[in-house]
Amino acid sequence: MWARVRVNWFILRTCIEERLVYRGDFAFATLVRFLPIVTQIFLWGAIYGVHTEAYSAGRKLNSYTYHDMVAYYLLAMLARAFSSMPGLASGIARDVREGTIKKYLTQPIDMLSYLFWHRMAHKLVYYFVATAPFVLVFYLCRSYFPGWPDAFTITAWVISLMLAFLVGFLLESLIGLIAFWYLEVSSLIFIFSMLNYFLSGHMIPLDWLPETITAVIQFLPFKYLAYFPAAIMLDRFDHPELVYELSVGMAWVIVLLVANRIAFSRGARRYGAFGG
Amino acid sequence: MPAIEVQGLAKTYRVYQKREGLLASIGGLFRREYKQVHAVENIGFSIETGEMVAFLGPNGAGKTTTLKLLSGLIFPTAGEARVFGHVPWKRENIYRRRFSLVMGQKNQLWWDLPAQESFRLHKEIYHIEEGPFRERLDELTNLLEVVDLVGQPVRELSLGERMRMELIAALLHSPDILFLDEPTIGLDVVSQRRVQEFLKQYQASHSITVLLTSHYMKDVEALCKRAIIINEGHIIHDGPLAEVVDRFSHHKIVEFQFASNQIPGDLHRFGQVLETNPPRVKLEVVRNQIPGTLAEVLAHYDVEDVSVHERPLEEVIAEIFTNNRSRENETEGAGLPTEDGRASLSAQS
Ligand SMILES: Nc1ncnc2c1ncn2[C@@H]1O[C@H](COP(=O)(O)OP(=O)(O)OP(=O)(O)O)[C@@H](O)[C@H]1O
Ligand SMILES: [Mg+2]
Repeated sequence: MWARVRVNWFILRTCIEERLVYRGDFAFATLVRFLPIVTQIFLWGAIYGVHTEAYSAGRKLNSYTYHDMVAYYLLAMLARAFSSMPGLASGIARDVREGTIKKYLTQPIDMLSYLFWHRMAHKLVYYFVATAPFVLVFYLCRSYFPGWPDAFTITAWVISLMLAFLVGFLLESLIGLIAFWYLEVSSLIFIFSMLNYFLSGHMIPLDWLPETITAVIQFLPFKYLAYFPAAIMLDRFDHPELVYELSVGMAWVIVLLVANRIAFSRGARRYGAFGG
Repeated sequence: MPAIEVQGLAKTYRVYQKREGLLASIGGLFRREYKQVHAVENIGFSIETGEMVAFLGPNGAGKTTTLKLLSGLIFPTAGEARVFGHVPWKRENIYRRRFSLVMGQKNQLWWDLPAQESFRLHKEIYHIEEGPFRERLDELTNLLEVVDLVGQPVRELSLGERMRMELIAALLHSPDILFLDEPTIGLDVVSQRRVQEFLKQYQASHSITVLLTSHYMKDVEALCKRAIIINEGHIIHDGPLAEVVDRFSHHKIVEFQFASNQIPGDLHRFGQVLETNPPRVKLEVVRNQIPGTLAEVLAHYDVEDVSVHERPLEEVIAEIFTNNRSRENETEGAGLPTEDGRASLSAQS
């Protein structure tokens, strides 16, 4: 047990070091990712008609004012910073295709936990670089937010961000593991990321969608990637609802974890039978 | 107990046959056609602890496949293998701690970090204690002469330096068995020799069992006493390396240096004239006719010097492969068992 903790700690440490090799490039990429925020805010402004004479501050679309919308968008971006896993699925697919997966099959090391700590390292370095820009953006846009919710809700939000990370990781690695069956998964990854963009609430809040669609999305894990954390901070859930939603989220983590484990062990067996 | 025991091992890959043309490709979406590739067929051998064995064969012979089977990367279609009593494809952690697989074309070090970071990670993964870790790292970096390079990012190392780092990473946990798949591929002669010398020394002092493939006969001659030759999935020779030449080469090279640049014109009756470089001549002579040839030439001509060599291993091996291939082509469809390559080989040469 202790040994495993040590191994994971070392993986984390080594990955952070690796990540810092490219700090310059990385810092630049992080800043570039903030640019769309500006255009998106303008876009919503145009949709709400904020710059037209007919606009009044109380104007609502699907129960969101313009300010709510900007706040939602920023909060969703923040959640995405936890849940997005660029290159995870395609990295697994590449490992399978090019045979670099061999190290997980011949060394006493567990691929999923290795990838997990590797990703964790990436995220930590990312937060290190991105915290200042995020704080700045939120500060500049502070007037758009409804104000701090109570401590219980804030705690739930913090937990929801961790869930966003876990669900994001597990979904994406599950997609990557499909490479054991179909070597070429890039179009699948593309479809998945489109679905993800839409179903997670990254594009528009999920409660904007027609009742029938929301009813289904409600039961999918995607909402934990963006919509759920953002909606918490907009005070859209009361305490019992928060407890319920968080529990469902954790149940998803367990289900996805089991699915990943099964997919990996089946996939590794299949690899042994067909590939190499 | 032998370190490795293999019996009736076979691996058949199923390869998707892509048909030509768009229509056919679309058809392929619904009904796929597969071709069977018998990479390894019914091979068997046993290797003692501490032996260093070369695994030879032309491209596509099944060498890498066999090493993959023995390291549990792939499962066999049939047959059995035990390495120190473990069934490799069960992929048990106890077994994984006892071997290392190094492939010349694939690297497993962290590209952007100094090699020592990868070594540290290996220390954790394999649960190596600090003391023994330091000791081994010192020993290995000294033997391989890379003490000054372990702090440099791996991507900045030359191919030869990187290969030496790979070897260190593979040996840090002092495995009992080492599978080396073309460890000197792409290295220059100096690096090749360094790797050879290292392997020799390391093997001698740790009596580790090594199974090595290489297309580079110098490696094999320098390191292995025993060779297993495999072709098209079948073992065609298993025995002392020295016997390969004896068994498969029925000729030796005889080199004469005559007293004058006048070369006798009838030398071809003793065997094939390989090279004429007056006053020197190289002849390929059938083994049992060598005494006769020497006696006759020395009796009739003015010879200053004479020497008899074995043919280079490389050449003999190449010949085995080409012979084997043409034999298989001949017998194709005739339903002859491809099992016994020996008889036909000797009959041919
Ligand atoms: N994953 C795979 N799927 C299908 N066929 C394969 C696969 N791997 C190897 N083969 C086939 O199996 C045969 C043996 O391949 P293998 O890699 O073992 O040869 P090798 O002896 O290592 O050759 P080389 O000297 O070129 O490395 C070849 O015909 C190859 O095409
Ligand atoms: Mg090979």
